[in-house]
Amino acid sequence: MAVDVTGINWYKYSAPRTFYPLAGRLIPWFAGLALVFCLIGLYIGFFLAPTEARQGEAYRIIFIHVPAAWMSMFIYVVMAIWAALGLAFNTRLSSMMASALAPTGAIMTFIALWTGALWGRPTWGTYWVWDARLTSELILLFLYFGFLALEAAIEDSRRADRACAVLALVGVVNVPIIYFSVKWWNTLHQGATVSLESAPRMATTMFAGMGVLALGFWMYCIAAALHRVRSIILERERRADWVREAA
Amino acid sequence: MNWGGWSNFWAMGGYAGFVWGSYGVTLIALALEVYVLRRRRTRALAAVRRAGQQMARDPDEGTA
Repeated sequence: MAVDVTGINWYKYSAPRTFYPLAGRLIPWFAGLALVFCLIGLYIGFFLAPTEARQGEAYRIIFIHVPAAWMSMFIYVVMAIWAALGLAFNTRLSSMMASALAPTGAIMTFIALWTGALWGRPTWGTYWVWDARLTSELILLFLYFGFLALEAAIEDSRRADRACAVLALVGVVNVPIIYFSVKWWNTLHQGATVSLESAPRMATTMFAGMGVLALGFWMYCIAAALHRVRSIILERERRADWVREAA
Repeated sequence: MNWGGWSNFWAMGGYAGFVWGSYGVTLIALALEVYVLRRRRTRALAAVRRAGQQMARDPDEGTA
């Protein structure tokens, strides 16, 4: 018999019935932390971080561009993992989590592309260029759209879950392509400002502002996904006794 | 960073359109998501109540 070293009954929390109230209790904490981190991050970014020598004030777009781009990739990976768990173990909640993450992931991808375009114009002289980083990030947006469209097109939610899981898993190959595109190809987009191998190539206050805003975006995304998964649980289980009692 | 007045702050060294265009659209996108999230919850709760009323009228329907 398998021994769970964590001492947590995972099966209990994988049931929508137990997860629904748990998510409800967690949302205010994540939403509150999101607000606090974003406000602190914006203060650091606009009032403590110095003007960048070459780009002037235009560089301040970095404080939302990089966190949104990180979240766009990270959410996709998490979404694919939930989808895969749902596909492998047929657990309802896993697939619901994947569905709950997709719209937020799409919004983060849109923000990354939009702020990137507005940053590209003053620094590169163009809003858009078909280089590897930008193109693969655009493909990520289309993968999210594909996931959402496929889900909307299939009436039966369990069948939609399986189809979407396959799409999410096939599409996950795009994430390392986005991440390493600036290394593998000669791109107009600059290389990684922050990497695991070396110290951040930016002033400490700039890095702090970006890091704190990234935390804020992360907390926001968790709050949004938990809020959405609660609605999905209500939609799918609306005939269950516990749902009618909870609603 | 001392901006030396709010007008300098809003001007963003001549990049106001790019910087505030980025932050403004981000704020609008997140506000829209929050609005859509709340609307979805309201609708889901209404659907649960409707399903409950339907099952109260026709108890056999709900078990299907």
